[in-house]
Amino acid sequence: MTSTADRLVEFDEVLTRYEPVIGLETHVELGTASKMFCGCATTFGAEPNTHTCPVCLGMPGSLPVANAAAIEATIKIGLALGCRIANWSRFARKNYFYPDIPKGFQTSQYDEPLCVAGHLDVEVDGTTHRVEIERVHLEEDTGKNLHVGGATGRIHGADHSLIDFNRAGIPLVEIVTRPVPGAGRLAPEVARAYVTELREIVQALGVSDVRMEQGSLRCDVNISLNPVGDLEWGTRTETKNVNSLRSVERAVRFEMRRQAAVLDSGGRIVQETRHFHEDTGTTSSGRSKEEATDYRYFPEPDLVPLAPDADWIEKLRAELPELPAARRTRLQQEWGISGTEMTWLANAGALGLVEQTVAAGASPGDARKWWLGDLARRANEAGTELGELAVTPAQVAELVRLVNEGTINDGLARQVLDGVLAGQGDPAQVVEAQGLAVMGESDELVAAVEAAIAGAPDVIAKVKAGKVQALGALVGAVMKTTRGKADAPTVKRMLEERVLGS
Amino acid sequence: MTGTSSDLTRVDVAGLSRLLSSGEVSAVEVTRAHLDRIAADDGRLGAYLHVEDDAALAAAAAVDQARATGAELGPLAGVPVALKDLVVTEGVPTTSGSKILEGWRPPYSATVATRLAEAGTVLLGKTNMDEFAMGSSTENSAYQVTRNPWDTDRIPGGSSGGSSAAVAGHLAPWSIGTDTGGSIRQPAAVTGLVGHKPTYGSVSRYGLIAFSSSLDQAGPMARTVLDAAVMHEVIGGHDPRDSTSIDTPLARLADAAREGAAGDLRGVRVGVVRELGGEGHTDGYEPGVLVRTREAIEVLASLGAEVTEVSCPSFDLALPAYYLIAPSEASSNLARYEGVRFGLRAGDDGSRDLDEVMAITREQGFGPEVKRRIILGTYALSSGYYDAYYGQAQKVRTLITRDFGAAFADVDVLVSPTTPTVAFPIGTRVDDPIAMYAADLCTLPASLAGLPAISVPSGLSDGLPVGLQVMAPALADERCYRVAAALEAAQDAARGHRLLDELGTPAGAA
Repeated sequence: MTSTADRLVEFDEVLTRYEPVIGLETHVELGTASKMFCGCATTFGAEPNTHTCPVCLGMPGSLPVANAAAIEATIKIGLALGCRIANWSRFARKNYFYPDIPKGFQTSQYDEPLCVAGHLDVEVDGTTHRVEIERVHLEEDTGKNLHVGGATGRIHGADHSLIDFNRAGIPLVEIVTRPVPGAGRLAPEVARAYVTELREIVQALGVSDVRMEQGSLRCDVNISLNPVGDLEWGTRTETKNVNSLRSVERAVRFEMRRQAAVLDSGGRIVQETRHFHEDTGTTSSGRSKEEATDYRYFPEPDLVPLAPDADWIEKLRAELPELPAARRTRLQQEWGISGTEMTWLANAGALGLVEQTVAAGASPGDARKWWLGDLARRANEAGTELGELAVTPAQVAELVRLVNEGTINDGLARQVLDGVLAGQGDPAQVVEAQGLAVMGESDELVAAVEAAIAGAPDVIAKVKAGKVQALGALVGAVMKTTRGKADAPTVKRMLEERVLGS
Repeated sequence: MTGTSSDLTRVDVAGLSRLLSSGEVSAVEVTRAHLDRIAADDGRLGAYLHVEDDAALAAAAAVDQARATGAELGPLAGVPVALKDLVVTEGVPTTSGSKILEGWRPPYSATVATRLAEAGTVLLGKTNMDEFAMGSSTENSAYQVTRNPWDTDRIPGGSSGGSSAAVAGHLAPWSIGTDTGGSIRQPAAVTGLVGHKPTYGSVSRYGLIAFSSSLDQAGPMARTVLDAAVMHEVIGGHDPRDSTSIDTPLARLADAAREGAAGDLRGVRVGVVRELGGEGHTDGYEPGVLVRTREAIEVLASLGAEVTEVSCPSFDLALPAYYLIAPSEASSNLARYEGVRFGLRAGDDGSRDLDEVMAITREQGFGPEVKRRIILGTYALSSGYYDAYYGQAQKVRTLITRDFGAAFADVDVLVSPTTPTVAFPIGTRVDDPIAMYAADLCTLPASLAGLPAISVPSGLSDGLPVGLQVMAPALADERCYRVAAALEAAQDAARGHRLLDELGTPAGAA
C-alpha cells in the first residue's frame, strides 16, 4: 500500500532493459443539457442531490430513456477518431454492488459498442505516433462518494459516507485505445500527447467542456514492461483517475520505474488497479484484478438496440468541424511559423487564444509574443491555465494596437495589462483612467529633461568630452521621474539636442 | 340494478359506468360499497395489502362534485379499481409483496396508475402478490396468504392473486395485474375471471416494479371480456417513458369484444396447440380441465370458427428457458434493494461496514423464492456460463417465436388451457418449486414471444373455474378479445347466467 516504499529504477536505465506498452482508457463527461437516461440537469456544482429523479436514483419501477444528443455526440467523437460506426449497437448492464450506482448495475456497453477501430496520430519530438482506438462507447456516470471523518478522504478510516447523485446518470463516453508498443522513452510524452490531442478534439466537437479538474475528462493509464526484444508483453497495471495532463505523463513514468524495479528483483507484476497520488506523483495498489469482479454483463432489456441510420452518420461526418490537427497545419502556414513553434503554442494551450487575437486585429507575431510571454508567465505564477486569465483575446489585440500606434510602450503595456487583469476595463480605458499614455514633448517632459541635465554636471562633462553613451544614465533618470510614461527614444533625442546642441 | 350497497359490488364496470353517468348512484356510494365489502370480507380473503379508505372516498367525492358542477367526465369516472402492489403509486405504500420495501412511499406514479387516475377511476387499494411477482399461488407474499373466493382452502393463483381474489370476491370491480410468465392469466383462470396479457410493449412498464424486464406486462383482470378490453384501452398505448413501448395506436379492443359477443366467428381460424394438453401431451393436465377446454373449442366451432390442430414443438422448451431468462434479469433488477436509499435497512448498528449491511438487509428482506431466483440468475449470467444458460435460453426464445410465426401463417388465434389444473390447495406446492413452476406451463410460450394472450372462463371442474387461453400475433390483441367474448357470450347464454354468479355472496357479507 505505501507507495513511498517502492523501489524505483532511474528512468533512463529502465529503457536499457525494458520496453513499455501503454494503453489509455479515457472517460469524457458529455456536455448534454440532460442526463443519459432521464431529464435531470447536468450542471456542475449544484447542491448535492438536487439534480435527481426516480430514474437516476434507481427507484423501483423507473425506466431509462436514452438521450439522443448523447448518442449523436458519441458518434461525432467516433467519427473524429476515424472509427467505424456500428449499424447495430446495444447497451448492456454491468452488474456490481456499490452505493454510488443506484440500480446495482451501470448501464454501459459491452460487446456491441457504438464506435470501433479508429486511430489518433500524435506528434512528440517531431515524430508521429499512431495510437489505435479500439472502441468508443457510451455509458452513464456514477454518483460521487464523500467519505467523512477520515484523514485521507478515502473510505478507509472514514466515519461515514455521503453520496451525491447529481453526477449519477450523466452521459459518459469511454474511449479505449489498443495497446501502444514502441514508444520507448517517449512513452510518457506519447501518453500525455494523446490525452492532450483527444481533449482538443472533443473540445473542437463542442460535446464536452473536458475540464480535467472538474472530472469531465478522466484517465485510466495501463502500463506494462517487457524485456527488450521479447515478443510477449508483460503484465499490466491500471492506474485510475489520473486527472491532469501532467499526471498522465508522471503516472507512466512512475509505473515504468516501479515495475522495472520489481522485475529487476525477480518479482512479478500483479495485474491490479493502482491509485495515482497527485501530491507525490506515485501510485499505490488498489484492488487486484486477478480476483476480478464478474460483472455478469447482459444486454439491457429496458432499452432498445441502437441502429444509427447510415445517412444520418454521413450527415454528421459532413458536419464535423475542422479538427485540431488540420487546424494546426493551416494556422502554421498562415502564420508562417515552424512546426516546433506550433507545438509550443499548442502545448501551452494558446492556439485558440492566439487565433482569436489575430482575428481581433493583432499580427500573429504580436499575438504569440504576448500569450507565450507575459501572459504565460502570469498564468504560471497564478497556477492557472492561460484561458482562465481575466483577459480576452480582443483585449490583447487592443493592447497590441495601442503599442503599435505608439500610445503606449511595452513597459506601459504591462502596467495596462495589470489593470485589465484587475478588472479595470479594456486597455484603452485603463490607459485613460491611469494616464498611462506615452508623454509627448510636453512641458512636463522638457522640465524633467532639463532637471536631469542640471542635476548631473559630471555626466554632461563626460558627454561633451566625447563619451556620448553616458547619456544613457540620464535617459534612465528621466524615465524614472516620469514613471515610465516617457518614450525613451524621444528622451534621448531631447537630451542630445540640449547637451550636444545638434 | 339499484339499491343496496352490497348490490353495487356485484355490478360489472360497464354497469357501474351506466349507473354513474346517469346519476343513479354516486361515486361515493360505489366506493363506500366496495370499502364496506372489503371491511367485511377481506379478513377472510386477504386480497389487499393496503386499503385507501378515506383517500378513496375523497377521490370519489371529488368525482361527484365535478359531476355536480357539470364537468365533462369520462365513462369511468367514479369506478373503483384495485392495483397489484407492484404498480408504483405516489404517496401510497408499494411493496411488491416484499419486506424489503415495507414502508416505502414512492415519490412518483406508474404510467398505468396515472392513466387510470386521469380516467377518473378511484383507487381502492393495493393487492397482495407473490414477492416480486415470483410465484403462481401468492403464497410467496412476505405479508399474508390470499384465498380463492371459490374455495378459501385453495390458492387464488399468482402472482396477481390479490388482484384475482379481490375481483372474484367482489372486493373490486376490476383490477390491474401483471404477467411475466402467466401471472395475470393463471390467477384469472383459477378464479373465474377474464385476464389479458397485452402484447409486450403495448402497455407502459414505467412504474411497474420490475421482475423480468423483457417479459413483464401489466394488464386487466375483470369479470367480463368487455370490461377487460375497456381497461386495456385506458392503460395501453405509447409511453415515451418506456423505451420498449411500441409507438402505434391501439386497436379498438372494446369494439372487438362487442363484435365477439355478437357470436359470429365465421372465418376465424382457431389453432389448438397440441403441445399444450393435446394428444401425447396430457401429462400433468387434469382431465376436467381438458374436458372443459374441449367443450370450449366445440363452442367456438359452433360459432363458425375453423378449428385445426397445430404443433409448436419448441413449446416444450419454454419452461426451462423461462426459468433462466426471468431469474437472470431479476438478479440484476433486484440489485437495487440494498438498503441505501429506500426500504428496509438491517444490521446498520454502527459496527458493520457497507457490504455487511447490504448483505444482512438482503438476507432479511428477501424471501426464499426470491433468493432462489437471484442465485439461479446470478449463476446463469456468470462469466463462463452465460452462453450455456442465458445465451441458450435466448435462442430457445427465438425458436418459440418462430413456432408461433409458423402457426400464425395458418391460423388467426391459438388456444389451449390456461393452466393444467384448477386451483390447488394452499400449502401443497410451496415446498416443491418445480411443481409450482408447472402451473405456468401453458402461459409461458406467449410470454417468451411477447404475444398477447387472454384467459377466459370455460366452466367449472369439480366446482372450480377453468380458463381457456386465446393467443394472438403481436399487436393483434383484438383477436383475443373477440374470440374470448364469443365464448363468454355463448356460455353465459347456455348457462343462463355468468359463471361468477355461481359464487354466492358469503354469509354475513351482505
